[in-house]
Amino acid sequence: MEKVREMLTGNSSAAWGVRLAEVDYLPSYPITPQTEVIETLSKWVNEGLMDATFVTLDSEHSMITAAGAASATGVRTFTATSSQGLLFGFEMLYTVAGWRVPLVMLNVSRGLSSPITLEPDHNDVLAARDSGFLQIHCETCQEALDSILMAYRLAEDERVLLPVLVNIDGFHLSFTREPVEIPDVETVRRFLPPYRPKHAFFKASQPMSQGVAVLGGAVYSYFKYQMHLAALNSLDVYKTVAQEFYEIFGRSYPVIEGYMAEDADYLLIMTNSFSTTGKAAIKRARDKGIKAGMLRLRLIRPFPELDIQNAVKQAKAVAVFDQNISIGKGGILYSEIAGALYHEKARPLLLSFIGGLGGKPVSASEFEFIIESMIHAAETGKVPGRQLLYTEDEWSEINRLKGMAGKQ
Amino acid sequence: MSTVERRGSSLYVKSLRLYFMNTDINYKRYLKLDLLPTPWCPGCGNGIVLKAVCQAFDELNLPKEGTVIVSGIGCAGRSAGFFDLDSVHTAHGRAIPVAEGIKYANDALTVVVLSGDGDLLGIGGNHLLHAIRRNTNITVVCYANEIYGMTGGQVSPLTPHNAKTVTSPLGNADFPIDVQSYFKNRNSYFARTTAFHLNHLKKSIVEALKFKGFSFVEARTMCIVNYGRRVGYKNSHEMLMHYKEFYKVSDDTEELSQNEIGILRHTAGL
Ligand SMILES: Cc1ncc(C[n+]2csc(CCOP(=O)(O)OP(=O)(O)O)c2C)c(N)n1
Ligand code: SF4
Ligand SMILES: [Mg+2]
Repeated sequence: MEKVREMLTGNSSAAWGVRLAEVDYLPSYPITPQTEVIETLSKWVNEGLMDATFVTLDSEHSMITAAGAASATGVRTFTATSSQGLLFGFEMLYTVAGWRVPLVMLNVSRGLSSPITLEPDHNDVLAARDSGFLQIHCETCQEALDSILMAYRLAEDERVLLPVLVNIDGFHLSFTREPVEIPDVETVRRFLPPYRPKHAFFKASQPMSQGVAVLGGAVYSYFKYQMHLAALNSLDVYKTVAQEFYEIFGRSYPVIEGYMAEDADYLLIMTNSFSTTGKAAIKRARDKGIKAGMLRLRLIRPFPELDIQNAVKQAKAVAVFDQNISIGKGGILYSEIAGALYHEKARPLLLSFIGGLGGKPVSASEFEFIIESMIHAAETGKVPGRQLLYTEDEWSEINRLKGMAGKQ
Repeated sequence: MSTVERRGSSLYVKSLRLYFMNTDINYKRYLKLDLLPTPWCPGCGNGIVLKAVCQAFDELNLPKEGTVIVSGIGCAGRSAGFFDLDSVHTAHGRAIPVAEGIKYANDALTVVVLSGDGDLLGIGGNHLLHAIRRNTNITVVCYANEIYGMTGGQVSPLTPHNAKTVTSPLGNADFPIDVQSYFKNRNSYFARTTAFHLNHLKKSIVEALKFKGFSFVEARTMCIVNYGRRVGYKNSHEMLMHYKEFYKVSDDTEELSQNEIGILRHTAGL
């Protein structure tokens, strides 16, 4: 295999994943910070570098609908959106997942309105967590490309047949260039052969009804639970797919990535691109002799409960960094992880931090604060309440703005 | 003004004020001047449309407390924020229903939508059709730059056939919407105008505001940065000159041909 490395943004790396997956249909609608993905694909299609149909729809709602429907014909389909766009198409997420079609969709995370903003947090993608779309969250540009390929394998597996959302952070990953290894198409075909659907799909001379009404809870429950079981199946399928990916491409993508985690007393749990700065903070803590480590969750749906239970077993304290806020509850991942640990006899203290909302940078001192809080909690046995990470400088800036608005 | 005042010469200030009044700066009272300049690119036509809207308000002497601006998302959508009036900057495509909600809640208000062609005709297109059907008494000014400007220059519902954009690098395969056709057989007001034809632009907006019922102004305007330069214009002046040469004024006809601007008033159903 000839190795080609290029400096790619997260967006163009994801586009490369789509190109290498030899996707047939690309319904699109632009939204910052996703636009580069669809522009790149449109260019390749127009230049004849991709044998696919590229169409701009009038909104994300029609885009996701068209994508799901095309997927139901057995055509490999890709689409991408972000934030407001994901929410605008939300109705169709549940619908398309219920169709059990192997659609792969990229979400380029961005904070939700109102107020209007551009930089990332994960309230957009996590809003879709109950829809039936599986979710893979990426830290690096390479991971964006690789995850698209893995997502098709996962979605098209007949034990799964659920759509997959691949998430990258807007700006921080979408517009950051990193060296990315672009595999050749022959090798990719070995990993991801053309899609030949065996199960329900539209084809000529074989009429089939999709999305029929079932007026009755019993039938409805049956179908919903089928989806749930398929999502649970996908955890093992993912592990096989990841193993095969490793064997072919030499890059390993476990469900949860551990960083200096094995012997760690203090574990920080994060997702997506901010994990990179988190890892740097862990490294600095290690240099000071603190046994800190990180768990980065890659797979959020299915939620890898068992893997989490095992990974935190020997830690004294665990801090969950939620780059999201469930208004009126708190960090979403914190709640899910707490739920996963409830029945564990030897469960660590669990701290909750909310940070990076709307892309707010997380400084070294904020990470230090998290680690110190874990140490303090372990020493005293007292777990502090949920905390919003916010620096003094940011607070004085807010006060200045409030002054301008006459609200002091 | 404040820099002038700091010089301390009251005589100078007075004469300057007089001079400004003669050249009609009254329209500025509708704007939050401390927010200017706008973030729009140099050469962008949006400022021309924004100014014409304010001048139309001024001509009708609309009271500041009785006028509301609603914008969706996009470069044009930034308009709402510059007004020293009650304003809403709502979600992409949703400007018309927000405006309708305000109007139906308080009929005494003048409610004006300022938004882009993508916002009003694409993702929000359905709302437009039904606002026309309900004949809600609001005015919509569409900044018709034929492109999704804010997101970097993708095909919009008004992008001409064959035009090159970042999502149609070999030319747009689709044909643009002929917006005036939505207004046929309706009691309605539709105007097409351009950022070059300043008097016509202002008149189109004034008449729209005076119209009892749903009124729509399609104001052709230049997005040089994310559209014009990609389809062969060197600068936005060239785009203005294109408007000047291409469009002929033809008010009060039944239907505008492609190269005509004008005001259409349909009275079906009356
Ligand atoms: C639901 C949703 N989808 C996509 C976007 C991204 N978006 C922002 S502005 C815009 C297009 C704006 O085009 P237009 O309305 O013509 O305004 P212009 O920028 O050209 O003035 C899009 C697609 C969004 N904000 N919300
Ligand atoms: S991108 Fe186009 S529409 Fe937007 S401000 Fe610039 S010139 Fe104007
Ligand atoms: Mg536009």
